[in-house]
Amino acid sequence: MFAYYFQLGLRSLRRNPILTALMVMAIGFGVGASMITYSVFRATSNNPIPQKSGQLYAVQIANWKTDDLDKGEPPSALTYTDAMAFMQAHKAKRQTALYPIAPSVIPADASRLPIEENSYAWYGDAFAMFDIPFLYGGAWTQAQDDAHAAVVVIGRKLNDKLFNGANSVGKTIDLDGHDYRITGVIDEWNPQPLFFDPVNTGGFGDPIGLFIPFTRAVDLQMSTAGNNNCNDTPGPGWSNWIHSECIWIEYWAELPTTADADAYKRWLTGYAAEQQRAGRFKWAPNVRLRNVTDWLDFNKVVPPESKISLLVSLGFLLICLVNTIGLLLAKFMRRAPEIGVRRALGASRREIYVQFLVEAGTVGLTGGVLGLLLTGVGVLGVGWVFDEQIARLATLDASLVLLTLIAAVLATLLAAFYPTWRAAQVQPAWQLKSN
Amino acid sequence: MLKMTHLSKVYRTEVVETYALRDFNIDVKEGEFVAVTGPSGSGKTTFLTIAGLLETFTGGHYHLDGIEVSQLNDNARSKIRNEKIGFIFQAFNLIPDLNVYDNVEVPLRYRGMKAAERKQRIMDALERVGLASRAKHYPAELSGGQQQRVAIARALAGSPRLLLADEPTGNLDTQMARGVMELLEEIHREGATIVMVTHDPELAARAQRNVHIIDGQVVDLSEEPRFHAHNARVADA
Repeated sequence: MFAYYFQLGLRSLRRNPILTALMVMAIGFGVGASMITYSVFRATSNNPIPQKSGQLYAVQIANWKTDDLDKGEPPSALTYTDAMAFMQAHKAKRQTALYPIAPSVIPADASRLPIEENSYAWYGDAFAMFDIPFLYGGAWTQAQDDAHAAVVVIGRKLNDKLFNGANSVGKTIDLDGHDYRITGVIDEWNPQPLFFDPVNTGGFGDPIGLFIPFTRAVDLQMSTAGNNNCNDTPGPGWSNWIHSECIWIEYWAELPTTADADAYKRWLTGYAAEQQRAGRFKWAPNVRLRNVTDWLDFNKVVPPESKISLLVSLGFLLICLVNTIGLLLAKFMRRAPEIGVRRALGASRREIYVQFLVEAGTVGLTGGVLGLLLTGVGVLGVGWVFDEQIARLATLDASLVLLTLIAAVLATLLAAFYPTWRAAQVQPAWQLKSN
Repeated sequence: MLKMTHLSKVYRTEVVETYALRDFNIDVKEGEFVAVTGPSGSGKTTFLTIAGLLETFTGGHYHLDGIEVSQLNDNARSKIRNEKIGFIFQAFNLIPDLNVYDNVEVPLRYRGMKAAERKQRIMDALERVGLASRAKHYPAELSGGQQQRVAIARALAGSPRLLLADEPTGNLDTQMARGVMELLEEIHREGATIVMVTHDPELAARAQRNVHIIDGQVVDLSEEPRFHAHNARVADA
């Protein structure tokens, strides 16, 4: 019977074309607006590492007095002193300190210009922690971290530029006049949001193309390419800076179980208490461990305008649906005589209900197709409202196509419950008598 | 086939109760052709809609083909309507968006019949009313008589045991009415039970038996002088 009802639904689209067009437009515009804003919201609120987001923790510790903190929350970055203390304690399964750097890659061919790549200094553990896939080779070792070795992992794109995509493991590249041996080439890896450093990236940006050991970067006094916040003047020179209370390092720990996280937090609190006893902190321990999703929330990676526009568009969809209820009611009630005939010929109330629900679904599907077209056009225009980095992520992929159609049909079915119920309540005797 | 005993139908509002049928008794045997007559507002159509399970009743009993229908739910009533009853209305009541074939198909769809059997029954029914060649036409493309023939084909396609006709010729001119009446008589001769509501004494006279309704009750025709006089005029004509 579904096929029969669907066929009747398609026919009903041609009946009262103006009414049908109004309904299709109401649903199409409502769903289209919602899907455009949802595409942005989905991109910005995406879990970039779902398989591990509950095991990776950003570490925070209040090294500044409470007055210097934002709502009592520890800063979003660490000092070099604390980061090194955490690394040396080695209390997590894996851990890394990290900060963005801006080295230039000097091509062997002197006629070519230096290449700027988004780069990070971190520890070899980070590659396994963040599940980074390798095309060739692998991460450098802990021994190489400890030895401040001149090793590097590069991204696929840089490998294509420098080595035409060939396996470059073991080869050397020149960074700012220093030679680095390649231990690995990573495959496509561009988690969005860039969860490991939303503080410096805002959460979105181009793929990272180059990584060197943190220890090596510090040896070479490579300054951070990101934020550096101080609550006091650190004094001149590199040594004063890295031993100051300036914060510029992100720190991640991999803690597979809740018990691991609890133990780590206890240890962290103990560390802060120790700093208090030593006179460095003049306040009670104030530490945080935030997993990936909490960390992204804390750093407000989802732009507030994305949430607001999603809510506004859902409100618009609601208004469209209220209109659709009225239009469906008008459309169905006009067919009361037909309902009477069908009831007389053997249709039960349930069959009338299903028939009209399927008809409403057909209208919804047509509205969904219009909504899809509008979503496609709207996604292209996201850049007018949002940052380019975010606009790039809003795409009309297969899942959004499916979601748009499903949302349109479900929303219409929701709107159709009352009109359909009214249609099913038509008294056949009255209709046939009045005819 | 159709037996109503002490049946009543009351329409209630906040201030008044109106009896459409009161202590209504009728017994139609299988294979009978009964004409139901009576003045406007006497309860003829209410009787027909209750007989066709399109409306519930307030009191009494109604047995249709041996089944007491008063306690049946909507699904069961719909199933009986679909399988045992065929309707013919004064206003034809064809669905304007469906062509002749699809109109005749409607009751068969609700019966869950397979496509091949549906097609066979539809074409048989249309051939019987002489409209097989008009299967793809829409109601608006047919004359009134043809539309009523389609309605009859729709009623016949499901092979109902009871045919309920409400003023089947009321919207037709004399020639078309005669054609429709002859068709009903032919259907009756083949064994169908027909209950026909009509104002037309000439049509009523062609039925096997007449039942007269006044003020919601069946009246004994022998005690109704107006009816005798009326019938006498018809006979003279």
